[in-house]
Amino acid sequence: MSAGHGAEAGHGHGEHPPYLAHHFDTPEQQFDTAKLGMWVFICTEILMFGGLFVAYGIFRSLEPDVFTMAHHHLDRIMGAVNTVVLLFSSLTAALAVREAQLGNQKKTSLYLVITIACAAIFLVVKYFEYTHKFHDGLLPGRCFGHPWFAGSPDGHGGFSGSSTPWYMHILQGDGCFDRTMARPLQVLDLPARGNMFFGLYFMMTGLHGVHVVVGMAILTWVLWRNQKGHFSPEYFTAVEIGALYWHLVDLVWIYLFPLLYLVG
Amino acid sequence: MATDVAVTDQGHGHELDPNLNYLQAGRGVLSWLVTLDHKRIGVMYLISVLTAFFMGGVFALLVRLELLFQGRTIMGPETYNRAFTLHGAIMVFLFIIPSVPAALGNFVLPMMLGAKDVAFPRLNLLSFYIYVVGAIFALYSIISGGVDTGWTFYTPYSTGTNGSVVSMTLGVFILGFSSILTGLNFLVTMHKLRAPGLHWRRMPLFLWGMYATSIMQVLATPVLAITLLLLAVERTFGLGIFDPALGGDPVLFQHFFWFYSHPAVYIMIVPGMAIVSELFATFTRRAIFGYFAVAMSSLGLALLGFIVWGHHMFTSGQSEFATMAFSALTMLVAIPSGVKVFNWTATLYKGSIWLTTPMLYALAFLVQFTIGGLTGLFCGTLSVDIHLHDTYFIVAHFHYVMMGGTVFGFLGGLLYWWPKITGKLYDERLAKVSWFFVFVGFNATFLVQFIMGSQGMPRRYFDYLPEFGRYHAFSTVGSWILGLGFLIMAWVLVKSLRSGPPSPPNPWGSAGYEWQSASPPIVLNFPEVPTITRGPYDYHLATEEELFDGFPEDRAKK
Repeated sequence: MSAGHGAEAGHGHGEHPPYLAHHFDTPEQQFDTAKLGMWVFICTEILMFGGLFVAYGIFRSLEPDVFTMAHHHLDRIMGAVNTVVLLFSSLTAALAVREAQLGNQKKTSLYLVITIACAAIFLVVKYFEYTHKFHDGLLPGRCFGHPWFAGSPDGHGGFSGSSTPWYMHILQGDGCFDRTMARPLQVLDLPARGNMFFGLYFMMTGLHGVHVVVGMAILTWVLWRNQKGHFSPEYFTAVEIGALYWHLVDLVWIYLFPLLYLVG
Repeated sequence: MATDVAVTDQGHGHELDPNLNYLQAGRGVLSWLVTLDHKRIGVMYLISVLTAFFMGGVFALLVRLELLFQGRTIMGPETYNRAFTLHGAIMVFLFIIPSVPAALGNFVLPMMLGAKDVAFPRLNLLSFYIYVVGAIFALYSIISGGVDTGWTFYTPYSTGTNGSVVSMTLGVFILGFSSILTGLNFLVTMHKLRAPGLHWRRMPLFLWGMYATSIMQVLATPVLAITLLLLAVERTFGLGIFDPALGGDPVLFQHFFWFYSHPAVYIMIVPGMAIVSELFATFTRRAIFGYFAVAMSSLGLALLGFIVWGHHMFTSGQSEFATMAFSALTMLVAIPSGVKVFNWTATLYKGSIWLTTPMLYALAFLVQFTIGGLTGLFCGTLSVDIHLHDTYFIVAHFHYVMMGGTVFGFLGGLLYWWPKITGKLYDERLAKVSWFFVFVGFNATFLVQFIMGSQGMPRRYFDYLPEFGRYHAFSTVGSWILGLGFLIMAWVLVKSLRSGPPSPPNPWGSAGYEWQSASPPIVLNFPEVPTITRGPYDYHLATEEELFDGFPEDRAKK
């Protein structure tokens, strides 16, 4: 029994490698523990997104036509590109784990960099999508469909709004909080209740976007540790755990894409 | 041999002598603030939740005082709304939910497993600081205008009312993550860090309760998180998901809220049951009757907790079919609850009962939880609930479960493990006096509320009709007795800290694993990883030494 010998942990004793925390007996136990922890956390994450998926199911079953009409305002091409990018990044994340297992420090770093780059591409595409929606007046809430949004030159036009960007109106407190101001976007051919679709769209993709950013931070930390030479074929827990989290981020998007972009 | 082993305390790297007890190892405030020791984190949680309990208690006394007389007694209706909301929100989110798992559980869970720490010590500390940040948000909302929605934050009122709803919901959102991380940590610890020989059928019932609680924390809390996030966005930007004018649905909020908050009710009561199982075993000096059934009933409660949320919404306009289904499912809750109550009672039969203060709390739990549980059946019965919904009957029902159950279990557990945590004994006679006042005060406060509720007194009202006057007065006087009981209890604890005699390793003569250590425990809990050769309640297999003096290593040190 290895009693109380986290002791030697700090001194690089043969039996107790430096990465083994004092409360574990073996590296295997430590690895399995970390992995189980991440799986449990993934369960939590799925339940958190689950609330939004339930809301989506309810509102779509209540107003299927509105959802069909509203989803035409999403850009399928951009959505598909992002899907491919994320799927590819999941592959490179898995390859990073493989290389870490084999002890190829450089290749591990390479695959991690590619994964992080894919995440960045995803966010850039998302930025353009979001900007486009704002200009189309599709920001959900009390100002949904307000003419301000069309003020920008590359909006789909139709409203002869001022050239002041929409967010300046909100920052200046111009107040579109009068509910009567929310009106159908006639030019975009969308009923006012399309608000619900875009409410869910922004909440779901927004929360997912936050997860992408967190995933990037985690993978960057893993990359930093890999560069420092912390990992070996015996110890690569952080790479495995980081990749596991990244697969979750990918998986959520696999559901979001068809539900939001491919309604009908 | 163990004497010359030094431990590298992970994370801040200075050497600690593992044979020092955990209170002496490392000095100064900083050594506490950055500690990774589950025992110290448990103590920090304990101080925090007791502070929250004090705050929530003050609000409770104010609410009762206001209701002493008809009309305005000490505050106006709007202040009253804030007072009961803050009482509820503080008690639920800052006190009860973290009280047993995060405070007491953190301390004893690894010790019961024969482990040196929880699976993720850094995450454990992080979860404490997340709790602190959440508490700061909650405090901020109290200072900056308060919240008057009730602890349930129902829409559309919560999206329209003045006050600090956003900061309060964000606070609860953050507290939720603290709860999730604690649950995750415990779950993994119980799977991966059990000592050799500690298989599932030997796991103490406290841990089975923690296991069920952790599952609920991990699976239910994220739904609350997303709900409160939606509420905050709704309130700030008018998202519309709970607003019919924008195509949303306010009842959806209730569904989401109770999908978390019904399991949350079991997150609150199952740990109380878990403690009481330990108390009954120790103070009857025998194995819990039907050990495996009691263990499984905790899991049963966790499962049922997820499928009965609609019984909070019988009058909210859900479909008739849904109300019937939820009413029928709710009846099932009686099965695991009954399994527990009957098995505890059977444990008492021919047991060698020792009436210490923790045991008195356990016995009070048994009676009060039975009252709270049986009145729950009234509320779950569809037609009866239409009459009882939102009356003081509901208030009395859940206080019998939450306070008469969980808080009594918590206090019993606090006194039971107090000698282990602090290494000091407390004044048993004075503690019994305080138990008496708490017991009498609690029942005086809430028993009468069943009567006025069944006669139609609505909950959360600032004022009442003259015929309810005597009940309210009685209840308020009861709350003063209860408050006095807690004051004496506080004095018992302070006195023990200041001048309590040192505790032997196993003052109760318990066969439980956690008592086979020094009091207070050493940094690594046990001098050597224990090998478990018997169940936690196998008094017939425990040696005299285990029951009275701890492991021989501990004695050798003295």
